[in-house]
Amino acid sequence: MNAKEIYERLESVFREVFDDEDITLSPTTTAADIEDWDSIEHITLISAVEDEFKMRFTMGEVSGMKNVGEMADIIMERGK
Amino acid sequence: MKELEYPFDSAYIMKKKKSLKKSLLSDGKMRIKKKIGVLGGSTTADIVRVMELFLLDCGIEPEFWESEYARFWQDGVFGNEELESFKPDIIYIHTSLRNLNFMPEPGMAAQQVDEGFNSELERFRQLWDSIEKRYGCPVIQNNFELPYYRLMGNSEATYPFGRVNFVTRLNLAFYSEAQKRSGFYINDINWLSSAYGLERWSAPEYWYMYKYSLDLNAIPELAFQVSSIIKSVFGKNKKALALDLDNTMWGGIVGDDGPENLEIGQETGTAQAYYEFQQYVKAYKKIGVLLTVCSKNEEENALAGLSHPEGAVTPEDFTVIKANWLPKDKNISDIARELNILPEAVVFCDDNPAEREIVRAQVEGVAVPEIGEVTDYIRVLDRSGFFEVTSLSEDDLKRNEMYKANIARANSMAKFESYEDYLLSLEMTAEIQPFKPLYIQRITQLTNKSNQFNLTTKRYTQSEMEEISRSNQYITLYGKLTDKFGDNGVVSVVIGKKNGDTLNIDLWLMSCRVLKRDMELAMLDSLVEAAAKQGISRLVGVYIPTAKNKMVKDFYPDVLGFSSVSEDSQGVTVWELDITGYENKNKVIKVN
Repeated sequence: MNAKEIYERLESVFREVFDDEDITLSPTTTAADIEDWDSIEHITLISAVEDEFKMRFTMGEVSGMKNVGEMADIIMERGK
Repeated sequence: MKELEYPFDSAYIMKKKKSLKKSLLSDGKMRIKKKIGVLGGSTTADIVRVMELFLLDCGIEPEFWESEYARFWQDGVFGNEELESFKPDIIYIHTSLRNLNFMPEPGMAAQQVDEGFNSELERFRQLWDSIEKRYGCPVIQNNFELPYYRLMGNSEATYPFGRVNFVTRLNLAFYSEAQKRSGFYINDINWLSSAYGLERWSAPEYWYMYKYSLDLNAIPELAFQVSSIIKSVFGKNKKALALDLDNTMWGGIVGDDGPENLEIGQETGTAQAYYEFQQYVKAYKKIGVLLTVCSKNEEENALAGLSHPEGAVTPEDFTVIKANWLPKDKNISDIARELNILPEAVVFCDDNPAEREIVRAQVEGVAVPEIGEVTDYIRVLDRSGFFEVTSLSEDDLKRNEMYKANIARANSMAKFESYEDYLLSLEMTAEIQPFKPLYIQRITQLTNKSNQFNLTTKRYTQSEMEEISRSNQYITLYGKLTDKFGDNGVVSVVIGKKNGDTLNIDLWLMSCRVLKRDMELAMLDSLVEAAAKQGISRLVGVYIPTAKNKMVKDFYPDVLGFSSVSEDSQGVTVWELDITGYENKNKVIKVN
């Protein structure tokens, strides 16, 4: 699984969760960049990403992630 | 909406909440508006949002008010201005094991466990009482899921200080409360979590990270179940089942295979599966669901299949049978019209996906579950919540009350040293008076149906009773008995006819519900008092034997202390009592 593929799949999850087809992601994307990304949607998002990649984040990872890049890194790491 | 019908994909619903809501709101359907107050003991944000989807899907447009995090008790007990001005139509209390203040520990003394138990129960009772006073609306209350770990293993279930034992006990107490309270419904998460898988349900990371008391992906299951209760309370239940026959109610095609070759009954595993489904379907009649048939068949063949001697149903179980070659959507519409219900009150069960599709597409609002294979039928129909029961008929409820009061009496009997102590503890009061117009109907009814505790088994019409009550030739008494568990109503009737200084007791009867309560002694005391006032000095009683009244054969001598006068060859016995210097016999019932 390469980075491009991960970003594409992440993008489609984000679009579904926020119901917004215009969302594009970069490694530096954070909650501040997406209007509806609040603490409640964050929970839905984490869960949807886990479902998409068939993996689970640890509690430490969930609270430590600062942007989409870090999320993608963890997914990549797990996929190895 | 198919995505929101059982069996649904929980992860999909969680992910697509936003777009699902958007498409539901834009479908142009008519919905009733309801205000739902949610009092949470843990996070409720997503629970509310998923519940909204299920409610929109069944014709209810909800508006929610959520308590601040874990403020369920404070908002309920001390009130909340916002919630008060919101004026909820229904309140849902989402609590879980995480909200218990007390949990027993290994080895804890039984008394300490009891104290903890009582204080937990009292805390919830107080909550429900003040909600009833403050908001006066129906309440849905979660019971408790079992603990997902067991320090003592299986003994957690057996010892009073075991946590499984404690939670089970608390749940039972909640159910008793539900039986006593009206407009109070238990949301059974104990069952739901076990169906879902308790370990998955309790996944603790969601508590630590987000303060959810359950697995995120279990939220749709929870929200669906609560929505089923809400829609039932607001009259959105389905009313009728329309069943296909071939390969739905039995294995095989009755028209091709012949009724004798159908798979139904006990011969094979498949036959047993269909049999169990037939049993399940038939049981729906008991909760008032109308059963109908919608099958492509010659009617004669359909009836032959339904009359199969190995089957659980008979043609008489069905209110409407449509067995013909018309399109099924037409038949479903006809069934609804004949039953005078809306098509959206019908649930259509068919093993054939093509038939399901056409009915779903052609009949607006009809429910068409994806029932799967025969081994899935019961589960899918059951979990769909189409016929969630939130109230039973008045009669059923009343009967239950009476039984409950009897059980309470029996229980308290066990605690007393002597039988008299027990009777005193019942705090019985009786009203013993001459017949009154208000009770004449009941007096007549009791007189004409009492067979066992009835000395003469004389029957009277209501007008005869009225005449007797007006005549000065008679002394009449009815006895009404109340105790601390409730009012038993009129339970005893006595009629005496005056003849000089003698009173002939024409009728003496009592309801067997109040046997061994000394009510008969209280009746005698009152009879003697009334008789003495009218110058009577002697009571004469007759026992006329019947097939059913053997229990009172020796009532006059043994219970009331009368002496023998005569006995004839038919076993009719006559007894008398001199009432000069009579002393009251009843010591346990307070009269009038």
